[in-house]
Amino acid sequence: MATSVRARNGGSSSPDAPPSPTPRPDAARSGSARRARLYRWDLKATPYLFVAPFFLTFAAFGLFPLLYTGWLSLNRVELGGDPRWKGLENYTDLATSEFFWNALANTFTIGLISTVPQLLMALGLAHLLNYRLRGRGFFRVAVLAPYATSIAAATLVFAQLFNTDYGLINSALGWVGFDPVDWEASKWPAQIAISTIVIWRWTGYNALIYLAAMQAVPQDLYEAAALDGASRWRQFLSVTIPSIRPTILFTVIVSTIGATQLFGEPMLYGGSVGISGGSGNQFQTLSLLMYEKGWVTGALGQASAIAWVMLLLLLLVGGVQSLVARSQRKKLGG
Amino acid sequence: MARTLLRQSAGRQHHAGPLTYVLLGVAALFSLFPLYWNLVAASHSGERVVEAPAPLLPGPRLFDNLSFAWNQVDMGEALVNTTVVASLVALSTVLFATLAGFAFAKLRFKGRGALLTLVVATMTVPPQLSVIPLYRIITDLGWVDQLQSVVLPSLVAAFGVFFMRQYLVEALPVELVEAARMDGAHSLRIVWHVVFPVARPAMAVLGMLVFVQAWNDFFWPFIALTPDGSPTLQVALAGLGAGNHTVDQAVVLTGALISTVPLLLVFAVLGKHIVGGITAGAVKS
Repeated sequence: MATSVRARNGGSSSPDAPPSPTPRPDAARSGSARRARLYRWDLKATPYLFVAPFFLTFAAFGLFPLLYTGWLSLNRVELGGDPRWKGLENYTDLATSEFFWNALANTFTIGLISTVPQLLMALGLAHLLNYRLRGRGFFRVAVLAPYATSIAAATLVFAQLFNTDYGLINSALGWVGFDPVDWEASKWPAQIAISTIVIWRWTGYNALIYLAAMQAVPQDLYEAAALDGASRWRQFLSVTIPSIRPTILFTVIVSTIGATQLFGEPMLYGGSVGISGGSGNQFQTLSLLMYEKGWVTGALGQASAIAWVMLLLLLLVGGVQSLVARSQRKKLGG
Repeated sequence: MARTLLRQSAGRQHHAGPLTYVLLGVAALFSLFPLYWNLVAASHSGERVVEAPAPLLPGPRLFDNLSFAWNQVDMGEALVNTTVVASLVALSTVLFATLAGFAFAKLRFKGRGALLTLVVATMTVPPQLSVIPLYRIITDLGWVDQLQSVVLPSLVAAFGVFFMRQYLVEALPVELVEAARMDGAHSLRIVWHVVFPVARPAMAVLGMLVFVQAWNDFFWPFIALTPDGSPTLQVALAGLGAGNHTVDQAVVLTGALISTVPLLLVFAVLGKHIVGGITAGAVKS
């Protein structure tokens, strides 16, 4: 807009413009006043226009559904039906449902056995990648390759590798003298198999995040530690780890959020009994239970309550983590 | 003595020993073997794949399986759908995230700090919390199995806004914006002639990351689309895996291969930039 005003003003004085009287002074003044007004409006409003798409999208597809889910969780709702008020009954039902406690426990154990080894391995891997290496680019892209794979593709491949009867993992165990493991029907082996898929997809990604943080650690810290006689292992523990602690915290939070939402891996790993998390619910997670309640049983109110429990869990975990982070900072500061 | 110590101490400069290569080799094998085996399984007959022990070397049936997956179970349509969805989501996210990132990085307005905190906070809200109302909305609108039900909720993401803001805080000198304003340029002109050129490297990286994410997205597409309607690759794969059309594991894994190979090609070509993008996005946060 401002430019078009300028172009018109400029055009009137250009040689090939139609002959026109010299612009009157007051007209010029009102033009520039309009321009100033436009300019001020532009300065004030555009920031909001620029951030609007995000907030509109979030309001429509994030916040409104979030609150609506909370309201639904206080009602009895069937697919396609009208809600009927139930108060906290959906939540008290959950508290007495063994399926809920089973799913909660599974979410917790699968989360633990997928997140802890994954982040520890990522740390080690990042340390190795931080050496001066031949073929550095190859190793980096190789460990990141699983990130390019979808949950669905990865899970379908691993379901074959872990197959109890013909899978390569049991074959390999057989070659070194172990009995075949029942990776589907037994609880812990099935949870380990599912965690392996998560570990496989995310270890390289986290390793690269750690690597970038490690490369930002000042070299003189290592030099000082070396002069004090610290071994490389000691340096890793006393220099590297404390220096990248914020990054570690970041990955712990992101992995925790991911683990709480685990859905596709257990569902597809379970094949025809995937939605119930295996024949004995041995790997049914909260997300799976929510889906089963909502889309198989049709109890959307119950499903909404599970969704809100997940949010509360995340808030709880986030609160604990920030407390831990604060106490550690205090310890370091003091 | 001191000099050797110093040289050793510099972690980055330190040369890797044989053990490092062995360990990294194991890690690379762990990462790449399932991908290799996916190719192996996709090149055998369904009977062979489920015969003990499973095959370790490629077989002769890759093209038969590919044409079956393409024609009989329509992975081709799923591939087109996924490409459309991922491209639209990536384009719109990059555009809107750049605008918002620029506003948060360089423009002054009331409530900027609070709004930015809100952006970051939304990153922790799990998608499970919105799927039930969203499902009711798209059912009411008649959008089940329509691709827009997957595209619209992903038009822009908090991660993208934050990513672009972090980049522009450092990469875009505020003098450049002010100089353009002095010349009478309005905001859209500034975005086009100043912000976009400066932000281009970050826009490319964000575009790739979002494209990968949208390509692989599972939870919401699985609810909004059905394998028999117009699925994305991931939804089609879920249908195959659950035995909707076929229990031929070779075809299932051929489908998995079709979903993975395009992204692996992108990674092979742009790997370095993606690695750089992931690390840049994470370290600054």
